[in-house]
Amino acid sequence: MTDTRPDTPSLTDKVRPLKVDGTIVGVHFLKDTPVFVLGESALLFAPSDNEKRIAIHAGAILASASDGSRIVTGGDDGKVVVTSAGGATTVVATDSKKRWIDHVALGPDGALAFSAGKTATVINSKGETRTWAAPSTVAGLAFAPKGFRLAVAHYNGVSLWFPNSQAAPEKLEWKGSHLAVAFSPDGKFIVTAMQEPTLHGWRTSDGKHMRMSGYSARVRSYHWTYDGAFLATSGFEQLILWPFDGKDGPMGKQPRILAPAQTRVAMVACHPAAPVVATGYADGLVLLVRVDDGAEILARRPGGAPVTALGWHPKGSQLAFGAEDGEAGTIAL
Amino acid sequence: MPEKSQERTQDKLPVTVLTGYLGAGKTTLLNRILSEPHGKKYAVIVNEFGEIGIDNDLVVNADEEVFEMNNGCICCTVRGDLVRIIEGLMRRKGKFDAIIVETTGLADPAPVAQTFFMDENVGAKTKLDAVVTVADAKWLKDRLKDAPEAKNQIAFADVILLNKTDLVSKDELADVEARIRGINPYAKLHHTQRAQIPIDQVLDRNAFDLDRILEIEPDFLGADDHDHDHHHGHDHDHHHHHDHRHSPGDGHHHHGGGLKHFHDEDMQSVSLRTDRPLNPEKFIPWLQDLVAKDGPSILRCKGIVAFKDDPQRFVFQGVHMILDGDHQRDWKDGEKRESRAVFIGKKLPEEKIRQGFEASIA
Repeated sequence: MTDTRPDTPSLTDKVRPLKVDGTIVGVHFLKDTPVFVLGESALLFAPSDNEKRIAIHAGAILASASDGSRIVTGGDDGKVVVTSAGGATTVVATDSKKRWIDHVALGPDGALAFSAGKTATVINSKGETRTWAAPSTVAGLAFAPKGFRLAVAHYNGVSLWFPNSQAAPEKLEWKGSHLAVAFSPDGKFIVTAMQEPTLHGWRTSDGKHMRMSGYSARVRSYHWTYDGAFLATSGFEQLILWPFDGKDGPMGKQPRILAPAQTRVAMVACHPAAPVVATGYADGLVLLVRVDDGAEILARRPGGAPVTALGWHPKGSQLAFGAEDGEAGTIAL
Repeated sequence: MPEKSQERTQDKLPVTVLTGYLGAGKTTLLNRILSEPHGKKYAVIVNEFGEIGIDNDLVVNADEEVFEMNNGCICCTVRGDLVRIIEGLMRRKGKFDAIIVETTGLADPAPVAQTFFMDENVGAKTKLDAVVTVADAKWLKDRLKDAPEAKNQIAFADVILLNKTDLVSKDELADVEARIRGINPYAKLHHTQRAQIPIDQVLDRNAFDLDRILEIEPDFLGADDHDHDHHHGHDHDHHHHHDHRHSPGDGHHHHGGGLKHFHDEDMQSVSLRTDRPLNPEKFIPWLQDLVAKDGPSILRCKGIVAFKDDPQRFVFQGVHMILDGDHQRDWKDGEKRESRAVFIGKKLPEEKIRQGFEASIA
């Protein structure tokens, strides 16, 4: 295989490779252990000594989220499962009609949310359940960084729901199909990824709109840098970073454009404590990209299946990656 | 690079869309497909859990959410539920051989079809194989009068099962077939009872595959139907040209050549043909402009084109404003270098289409 980035410093000799049967759809760290979410049925705990596969769903795993101490998953078996760092699993909800659990999210105060069809459900830290029927199928869930508030993406916008309040959710409207939602780390902005290759944003204080466009494909992965200064995004043949450091977010500003490659950026994951973005491409390439000057470090060579999972150890000491074909690896930094 | 694109296409899971008005026999057909001893596994996307339950197949419930795209294209809609479900199904890749989407009786097939062209992720993993429409021989005529959905489903179809033929007389059957042909002369039409049909007539049709566009001929000229014994007999009279011109509102029934002919007032096909080579610099912009402007009324289009001084056939197919075209292969020695195109749609501006096509002759 030809090395397309001969001058890039490389960490590829430090990679501990893994191979799973099936596709990888996510990776989270539970304490120091990288845990890969497989497309079907199982989690793979992959500490350096012995790998352990834990069956959690009878079918495809459609969504996962983690707060560092547990992983919540939603499956096409209609179940919501919580897996602890020790590998113990608990079914916390089962859809009565066995509908797919399309989305899951974990809140800052131990709350958990999931959706099946149009129904969003929250289980708070006391174990109380609240549900809300969205106007169309729920397409994304995100807890606000502070307060007990859930953003629910759906057709024509986002609803901000206070599960403890009887009041109708506040609506942020924008015509079209929104397929994911996230809050900025300070909670001042909400950004959705749309069916078209654009991101749409709102300032939470006044609902002011922002559009981020110019992508060559649907944005399937986006993540704020640790300090909230930039939003790193997939969907183009370079890493696109939108500035979010001012009060207006990226409005009227140009994005930072780094790390050009042969194929599109498929996944991004920002380092938890430094301005560095792990960037995974459609040809399997993984680069660590420094936001300030665009300096690159090679973490995985291109020439494979698209990168479908990227995750950082909460201290930033390890990176884990996985690809559509089940090839994966971890790097201690 | 046709080989390369074929390779890619073959990796993709084929998706068959079953449409048909309420009670026409879609579920019967679906159960028939699933219960055949074909050794294949299907993922089936249905609107409601009906009486489908074949153990080995995965049945997914869909909500038929039609979403508009923000791309300035007024007829570009996708089925949001399909985008989500296909993405979920792909996590189980390798666990089934094909996907079948059963729509409700009131569904418009266009958003379903457009999903496969508009969503990059769906298009990368799956390919639309064909739209199969089941029509009720006894009631279709009435539905064509009062249900625009039924007409859309006929117009959009690649394969039509004219079902429940045992419930009508030969004359009634000939009449309903003529009405179908007045809307869509190009679909493969089969007469069925209780949706009995060899499975290979419904699946693996490659109707949207540019590499498989072989010829564009009205189906009834070379019909191979098993019970093709309606009143015009088996000696088809090929003098009947489909592309004769009607002006709207003129007489409806024609009995030319022994085959009953019917012109539908709001849904027609326009067939174009020339043996003079076309100028690509005129033809392609004309075609793009046509679908951009008249896309909302054009349901389907398809063509094989001979460009001047071009050794290769150019083929295209489209759904509303979405157009897909490419060079397909070299013209064979002795093959007639003829350009043919067909547009099926609602109140098509036939004269304008003909003039534009003729103006692109080199």
